[in-house]
Amino acid sequence: MQPVIPIIILALPLAMFLFLGLCGHKLSHRMAGILGTAGMGVTMTLAYITAFTYFFSGSPEFIDADAHTRLQAVIFNYDWLAFTPQLVIRLGFLLDPISALLLVVITTISFMVHLYSNGYMRDHHGVWEKGFQRFYAFLSLFSFSMLGLVVATNIFQMYIFWELVGASSYLLIGFYYTKPSAVSASKKAFIVTRFADLGFLLGILVLSFYTGTFNFTDFTSTEVADGVYQISETTSAGIRDLIANSTVPMFMGASVLTWALVLIFIGGMGKSAMLPLHIWLPDAMEGPTPVSALIHAATMVVAGVYLVARLFPLYLMEPAALDIVVVVGALTALYAAMVACTQLDIKRVLAFSTISQIAFMMVSLGVTRPEFHHGVGYMAGMFHLFTHAMFKALLFLCAGALIHAIGSNNYTDMHGLRKYMPITHITFLIGCLAIAGIIPFAGFFSKDEILTATMGYSTVWYIWMSLVAGLTAFYMFRLYYLIFWWKEHKVHEGHPAPHDQPWTMTLPLVILAAISCVAGFVPMGNLVTWNGHEMFDNVNFFTNLSALNWQVAGMSLAIAIVGILVATVMYRKENRYPQMMKQALPRLWDWCFHRFYWDELYQFITHKIIFGCISKPIAWFDRNVVDGTMNAMAFVTQRLSFAIRGLQSGNVQFYVWMYLIGALLLGLITAICLI
Amino acid sequence: MELTILYYLIPSLFMFCCGVYGFVTRRNMIAMLISLELMLNSVDINFVVFNRFLFPGEMEGMFFSLFAIALAAAETALAIAIIINVFRVSENIDVRDVNKMKH
Repeated sequence: MQPVIPIIILALPLAMFLFLGLCGHKLSHRMAGILGTAGMGVTMTLAYITAFTYFFSGSPEFIDADAHTRLQAVIFNYDWLAFTPQLVIRLGFLLDPISALLLVVITTISFMVHLYSNGYMRDHHGVWEKGFQRFYAFLSLFSFSMLGLVVATNIFQMYIFWELVGASSYLLIGFYYTKPSAVSASKKAFIVTRFADLGFLLGILVLSFYTGTFNFTDFTSTEVADGVYQISETTSAGIRDLIANSTVPMFMGASVLTWALVLIFIGGMGKSAMLPLHIWLPDAMEGPTPVSALIHAATMVVAGVYLVARLFPLYLMEPAALDIVVVVGALTALYAAMVACTQLDIKRVLAFSTISQIAFMMVSLGVTRPEFHHGVGYMAGMFHLFTHAMFKALLFLCAGALIHAIGSNNYTDMHGLRKYMPITHITFLIGCLAIAGIIPFAGFFSKDEILTATMGYSTVWYIWMSLVAGLTAFYMFRLYYLIFWWKEHKVHEGHPAPHDQPWTMTLPLVILAAISCVAGFVPMGNLVTWNGHEMFDNVNFFTNLSALNWQVAGMSLAIAIVGILVATVMYRKENRYPQMMKQALPRLWDWCFHRFYWDELYQFITHKIIFGCISKPIAWFDRNVVDGTMNAMAFVTQRLSFAIRGLQSGNVQFYVWMYLIGALLLGLITAICLI
Repeated sequence: MELTILYYLIPSLFMFCCGVYGFVTRRNMIAMLISLELMLNSVDINFVVFNRFLFPGEMEGMFFSLFAIALAAAETALAIAIIINVFRVSENIDVRDVNKMKH
């Protein structure tokens, strides 16, 4: 494949960012919006062409047709920083199943959000939001960074773009920079993820020190021999040594490879808001809602999942690291689902739902073992990443439409909106059905695959995750009923009744809802697998349906329906059940409502322990000892110079006297010494 | 009577002391300049004398004094120029009035 299109995919959003960022204020608002949207549209088209070429062209560059195995293709790889012959940092474009999939996901959601923001970022009177052009510039920057991240050919390039998405997320969360809560939320997001990235960086250093390479193709090349998947001969010698565990040292009872992978996973935990580094994501909802849809639901937060998937063959060599991924993911999934059941702010419910769903993907990757169903978990995780991006972006954009219409984030101000906003109502319902896992919507297929994979790993976790799936259905429909049903909407005097938003906002909803209906039928097993090997011999539209394991699928469907029914009983009409639940389990409700006091815990640790016991003594030492020494030196010098400055009288002859006396004294001393 | 080195050095020393005395006591800048010349000339004499008595047959001292004379001429020109400018500014050339550069 010629590198022209891939270069444009990366260069166009960057150019758009520079143009809108530097000259945006000279453009009209409408022009800036149209330009940004059009640029993203072109990028999306090119990304579709690229992904289509990768998956369906059958070119020997991309697929080994005899072995039915998709290959990793490095489209271009530019030596960016050549420090030494061994240490070269490259920028390039890697096409493989997951990067092609992510290209499609990112550009689709980004385009929808660009389009949607044209309507969202202006009020009911058509007045544009302040900094509208800046908003589009940042959106372009984010799209560029995220695309660069997923197509990275080496782990260092990924790290660079990883930080760039963090920076653009920071900029967009703090878009309303006059609001103190937005400012502190953006700082919180940046600091927490930056803290996690420290682990990522350490992991990169450890890994590359022992393997001598940054390149993903060296890390992850696998081959099939006699039906058994194994690390191939082309893998670098450093990695083979690591896996053989012969020459590398152990550290605290675990191999270096385990340590490196766990450290890298910490970076992923920060970005993907896994327990205990999840605290930034709910606060990140202070940003504009389209930003939440793009960055904090569909794309950036799945970067951690993508990272694990990218290095998956390495993780497979260290099952201990994968077990950690499973435990972290499963705990986070349950935690976030429980918290989501009690929140008032609809964006926060969606944020916790996002955390929970990402945890599903993590679990899915963690439970993957090649001997079980050809490693179905990996495929399921990526499948869920794809479907979740679509329906969660849809839900967020619906939430944006609601917030735009009502002017408040809390469902207590909404209730009974189904008659006023029919399009939003239907699309939101489709999103809820998709996330709850109702056949035939998108979430059903991916979640079912995840549960199948989990069952092959351990029954305990299977039951656990099924429970979380049921909770998911419950809290999503709780939200749905509280927004659109519960009781009649109270229209305030003097305010127009809420209504559906302009076409720029409803069109993305309709498109995403349509995708959410059909995305489940994408034969992902043939497109994205952990080693590129195709799962099915021939595919048609109903492949996923016929490949269902009805034992698991029936269970998950039943659980979802139970969750929905419970929500229907409790929230469809105004009644006393929610209150009774709350009073029956006051302690649990309180803990969920306060998000299990994680923020308070962090507050305590940072303010009381770190600031109080470490920072304050250091600050005292700095102010008194370090500064004190310097101040004393300055004070002595100043005093001394005040004392002797009278000698500088301006009287030339006085100087000569001094000189003469000095010379004579020197002569005298010399003479005495010589004698 | 043989002229020993002292016959040259003693007048030279006297000249130098006169120069130092004049330089620190006179207030007129022209007079100070003259005193300075006196010191320089006594040093020139010393150069020549030491060359003559200690290293006969060599010429470095002689040439050095020639250099010094040339430099003294240049230095005098410079000093006179400064003095003229000082006079233009302050209407007199008393060195005690030239103290604008103090602390």
